[in-house]
Amino acid sequence: MSTQKEVLVDPIFNNNPIALQVLGICSALAVTINMSTTLVMCAAVIFVTTMSNVAVSLVRNRVPTNIRIIVQMTIIASLVIVVDQVLQAVAYDISKSLSVFVGLIITNCIVMGRAEAFAMQNGPWLSALDGFGNALGYSVILIGVALIREPLGSGTLLGFEILPKITEGGWYNPNGMMLLSPSAFFLIGLFIWAIRSWKTEQVEEPEYEISPNAHYKEAM
Amino acid sequence: MLEHYLGIFVTAVFVENMALAFFLGMCTFIAISKKISTAFGLGVAVVVVLAITVPVNNLIYNYLLKDGALAWAGLPDVDLSFLSFLSYIGVIAAMVQILEMFLDRFVPVLYNALGVFLPLITVNCAILGASLWMAERDYTFVESTVFGLGAGVGWALAITALAGVREKLKYSDVPEGLRGLGITFISVGLMSLCFMSFGGIDI
Repeated sequence: MSTQKEVLVDPIFNNNPIALQVLGICSALAVTINMSTTLVMCAAVIFVTTMSNVAVSLVRNRVPTNIRIIVQMTIIASLVIVVDQVLQAVAYDISKSLSVFVGLIITNCIVMGRAEAFAMQNGPWLSALDGFGNALGYSVILIGVALIREPLGSGTLLGFEILPKITEGGWYNPNGMMLLSPSAFFLIGLFIWAIRSWKTEQVEEPEYEISPNAHYKEAM
Repeated sequence: MLEHYLGIFVTAVFVENMALAFFLGMCTFIAISKKISTAFGLGVAVVVVLAITVPVNNLIYNYLLKDGALAWAGLPDVDLSFLSFLSYIGVIAAMVQILEMFLDRFVPVLYNALGVFLPLITVNCAILGASLWMAERDYTFVESTVFGLGAGVGWALAITALAGVREKLKYSDVPEGLRGLGITFISVGLMSLCFMSFGGIDI
């Protein structure tokens, strides 16, 4: 029982896909400009990662290693096509504003990375939990970044006005850099800093230690 | 004519740099940029994969998928463009698998250094992105070859530059929690801000 909980909860903060495993960053930069696309994106990624982990885990013993990548890609691409079609049918407006990014889930390394690293070695139930947990860890960071970028960049959150802009008679002068992608890099960097200050065991060992200055008297 | 191709090449390398202007292929970009030699090796792998897959996908797009492309087979009304995603990914995955077997056999050092990130070239958004762009801009076969090569070279250039920055960074006194990944993100942010200045150039 405890392993199941670990598999599910670990990726959220202890082994976060973005902050520690460095997976799935491209979309984190692209969709976080506003909150509604971020939420839909997170839901789509959670679905695709969980289902693809289950599917890959089910066929793992029947697929020769040499063609495993193609098999995984086919599974993932099919799932993404399902998500795309469902979005177009249910929420056409959001799917229109998200169309490129839904396609990019195919190339989101979280999906493929977890299939390759976990689902190829484990049973379907554990793999499902792993996929769900990792996608959740990804969502936590994405929502966090969007939570900062949307209000600071355009003064709104989920389309509602939070900080009244100067152009509309308020007091807030929108920070244009928050709408550009470099800001997502800075924010993710700061998020990593925050997580690692809290979970200090994630701090990377320095490859090169700067020796402290020799004391005046010792130097003599 | 040559100038036209040169223009496509330079634009793909600098103005529309895959990594720093469009943020494609970020996962590998950040994970494999600790050492210049490994980063360069991966860069070369990406150049090779891009330079092959983009023209191949161009042929597939023009002769199989595009609206009316099957006219040569006597089917002028068939439009298979909805299959483009799957076929591009198929070509890319096959290419990467071949490259992986090749490296495993002939360059085991690079194979071990790249580890799990070699199969991940398949899901490198830069590769798929280049193919999609090629289709969107209606490049001819030669243009798409030049574009694939340029996009790859630009990406390789960016990852090698970042590796250079990171090799120097390890000698600096970075706050504990920011060490490693955190400071890398911030450096990439600064680098991409710099590359935005190429944005106004029109060749």
